[in-house]
Amino acid sequence: MSGKVAILEAIRKHRVPAAALPNLERSWLRFADPLAHFEGQVAAVGGRTVRVRNSAEVAHVLSTYSEFAQAKQVVSSIDGIASTFAQDAVTTPHDLEAVDWAVLPAQFGVAENGAVWVTDEQLKYRALYFIVQHLALVLPAREIVHNMHEAYARLALGTSSLGVFISGPSKTADIEQSLVIGAHGPRSLTLFLVED
Amino acid sequence: MSHAPLAAQFIADRPRATWHDQTLWFVRSKRDKAAQALPEWEELRECAAAIKAHTVAHLADYLEQFERAATNRGATVHWARDAAEHNEIVLRLLQQHQVRRLVKSKSMLTEECHLNPYLERHGIEVVDTDLGERIVQLAGEAPSHIVLPAIHKKKEDVGRIFHEHLGTAAGATDPNYLAEAARHHLRQKFLQADAGLTGVNFAVAETGGIVVCTNEGNADLGTSLPRVHIASMGIEKLIPRAQDLGVFVRLLARSATGQPITAYTSHFHGPRPGGELHLVLVDNGRTAILGNDEFRRSLNCIRCGACMNTCPVYRRSGGHSYQTSVPGPIGSILAPARDPQTHYDLPQACSLCGSCSDVCPVKIDLHHQLLSWRRELAQLGFLSASKRLGMQAMSFVFQRPGLYRTAGRVARWLVPKLPRALVYNRFNPWGRQRELPEFPRQSFREQLAARRRRGQSHER
Ligand code: SF4
Repeated sequence: MSGKVAILEAIRKHRVPAAALPNLERSWLRFADPLAHFEGQVAAVGGRTVRVRNSAEVAHVLSTYSEFAQAKQVVSSIDGIASTFAQDAVTTPHDLEAVDWAVLPAQFGVAENGAVWVTDEQLKYRALYFIVQHLALVLPAREIVHNMHEAYARLALGTSSLGVFISGPSKTADIEQSLVIGAHGPRSLTLFLVED
Repeated sequence: MSHAPLAAQFIADRPRATWHDQTLWFVRSKRDKAAQALPEWEELRECAAAIKAHTVAHLADYLEQFERAATNRGATVHWARDAAEHNEIVLRLLQQHQVRRLVKSKSMLTEECHLNPYLERHGIEVVDTDLGERIVQLAGEAPSHIVLPAIHKKKEDVGRIFHEHLGTAAGATDPNYLAEAARHHLRQKFLQADAGLTGVNFAVAETGGIVVCTNEGNADLGTSLPRVHIASMGIEKLIPRAQDLGVFVRLLARSATGQPITAYTSHFHGPRPGGELHLVLVDNGRTAILGNDEFRRSLNCIRCGACMNTCPVYRRSGGHSYQTSVPGPIGSILAPARDPQTHYDLPQACSLCGSCSDVCPVKIDLHHQLLSWRRELAQLGFLSASKRLGMQAMSFVFQRPGLYRTAGRVARWLVPKLPRALVYNRFNPWGRQRELPEFPRQSFREQLAARRRRGQSHER
């Protein structure tokens, strides 16, 4: 406890001029067609978007991808897409290493940067998002907010132990600034936008 | 060694120095494009600076609020006054959990505390998992940039390092191939790790959560496989409200690399089911900076690296020439605050061009602070002999108009007649890459007097 007391005392003994917290309710950037802008941003960050009407179409589109057709282990929590890997049977997240594809829901997308919001609430192990070779996320096409301010306004942060904005696949440019997709996490990110 | 001779070594390899310069300028250009794409860029910077100013003014209260909220969510909060305490806390946690292997994602704070060598001395294997950090770790070096740790390495260098340590093919330089090899190597490290340590980009007082931003997903893998997650943060990482994240997340990646957001922006609130989350709050000189009106704003820094990418000195001297965990303009402000004796020369490694202040997303007046440091350090007596003597001689002459005029007359007459070797030698570092301007025959005063005499004065 002594560290805490010492630090807080050291801070409080200084007189720092007061400054007001700004009001962030402003007219931030909006787009005429947020869904179209979102799709453009996802492509720019190395992801892929597909508009579909239902999960049968998701299944069909996935089957046309060679990496999906070849996948041995698939985890899905989307109706109509079969799992070939029993997520609930594993007793340690390390076993998810074997998973080639995961097809999971996302809550909403952000037009300005192509990010989607996911949480670990429905998952046994959060590692699933990061350890699989390929990730597909399914979200309603109408659930696109314009900017990050709107995104945080609709979140109740803290309700899940992990919430992540995912924007495109895992990537690195640490070798001479050359972009390489698939650093540690998924090598591809596909977003299915379900229109109603 | 001080900055200048190390910088001289760096630029001695001309092609490499030019490449380094251009690579960073390329990153800076991407930042410009991203910033210009947002009509509200300046408004965001204003908001960010205001939020930070407010937070710093109420830092103790917000830290207490943060601790309460984080504890309520099941995290354990630790307080460290300095680097040594931070390292001891981390080691104790690791020993309590019998951790032998630790995976780390990027944390400049642990660089500042020299955590890796400390843990290694105590028998713990520490693996940096950010690709750039892993490259420099295998090379036995420190990061040379806070966002792009291996920016000073060419792909041939990486190929050699990986060939030696990871067994990649000799002579291989393809970034895709090398990154794939690192992926396999680090995957094993993730799977074997007993604990994961991350830095913190933002901590939210209101919710007791922390936010970590990466492109590779290494922070996420490192905290979702092992049970124990330790997050180290400077006390200045705090922001009051969840909605403030909107401002900072929009600024960070755009300023750093020109991306609209990092691939992963992860919000941790409490441990995962069955896991543990430890938050180590570190002072290590920050409260002292907080008490200094001149330099307080340097605590706003969100470690985006933009001031480095734009700095003409950093780009041409390389991060290692600064010999600090944070190099470049912001590093040259933070380092002397911690240890003026060692780092007094850094504020001199600056042309006062002001480019850093222009790009800084949290509006730190970097070049003004660098200038202030020069004055402060001179007053503290930290000034190289050549600068001190030169300044003293100048001030002596400037205070004596007659002497000043005579000195000018002598110099105008004498210098052009001197042999080159007498003017351009090791006592004149200024003249190393530069030529003196041609000396006029008359001083300004003499010219003016002559004009007046000829009745051509522009005065009435
Ligand atoms: S001082 Fe400003 S520009 Fe430099 S790293 Fe910090 S936030 Fe970025």
